[in-house]
Amino acid sequence: MNVSPTLDERFRAAAAAARLLDVAFDVLPDTPVGPLLVGVTDHGVCKISFDPEPERELEVLAQRFGSRVLRSSKPVERVQLELDQYFSGRRTHFDVEPDLRSIADYHRTVLTELAHVEYGHTTTYGTLAALTGNPRAARAIGTVMNRNPVPIVLPCHRVVGASGSLTGYGGGLDRKEWLLRLEGAIL
Amino acid sequence: MIPPFESFYETHRDEIHRFLVRKLGRDRAEDAFQETFLRALRAYPRLEHGAHLRAWVFTIAARIVVDDMRRRRPQGELPELAAEDGLPAFEDLAPLTEDLPPKERAAIVLRYGYDLPYDEIGAAIGSSEQAARQAASAGVRRLRKEQM
Repeated sequence: MNVSPTLDERFRAAAAAARLLDVAFDVLPDTPVGPLLVGVTDHGVCKISFDPEPERELEVLAQRFGSRVLRSSKPVERVQLELDQYFSGRRTHFDVEPDLRSIADYHRTVLTELAHVEYGHTTTYGTLAALTGNPRAARAIGTVMNRNPVPIVLPCHRVVGASGSLTGYGGGLDRKEWLLRLEGAIL
Repeated sequence: MIPPFESFYETHRDEIHRFLVRKLGRDRAEDAFQETFLRALRAYPRLEHGAHLRAWVFTIAARIVVDDMRRRRPQGELPELAAEDGLPAFEDLAPLTEDLPPKERAAIVLRYGYDLPYDEIGAAIGSSEQAARQAASAGVRRLRKEQM
């Protein structure tokens, strides 16, 4: 006899309540930008993925944060709520902390600077490069944005080319455009 | 490599649940199921490799079955696991241990498949308690060597 959904959920909740998880994750199947995989640790939100392929993602999470990676909806609820509010235009700032412990120093410096770019505004790769100590490193900034572990919460969609072109986005340009429109940064 | 717990759990939850329902009945199996995987979760960071995870989680479940049966017997007498139904634990361990010498194989299966104490294993394989203990640990060493 297979495990009933009730028993399955009960175990997943108990595992989180006993604080035995390195990463709790859930897939939000139906957001305006498609399905999102959200991962959280005791230190904050550590992963947001577009078009998630959980099997592969879980292995990466296990390598970075520890092997006890389990789907468990309760720990993800707060991020989910803030994302819902953001998508419906009722939130312009995330209160959940990003967990950047596993990120290399330079990336963390850039992502921390990125966090200051406000809702509805944009900046450029070159500006971020200058703010983080190397004005010629615009291309490196692009790489950091591309590997941003928590898009939306850390707003890499607000970084555009010097000419104002959207340039690129890890989740695809359509999503970048959609997010910037939501925020009123473009018409 | 140790797989993410999610993959390990998804792979084994149904067979562990079936095993527990057979041993304990549906109601008691529910608590035992949760306890099995919580214990596995606690021990998971200490695992050194991802081989034999199935035998490992069956061992945990078998211990929980024994604990549960002990708690429910007034005199604390040992349940006779080996006399029970369809030999599921043996079937689970059998493929892993096929290449071992027969005594080592039997000792491992009885120890980890049925959670029998070593004196009973000794009686079953026709040797002393001490010899049964040695056969099981020699078998485990050999299995570890084969994985490397």
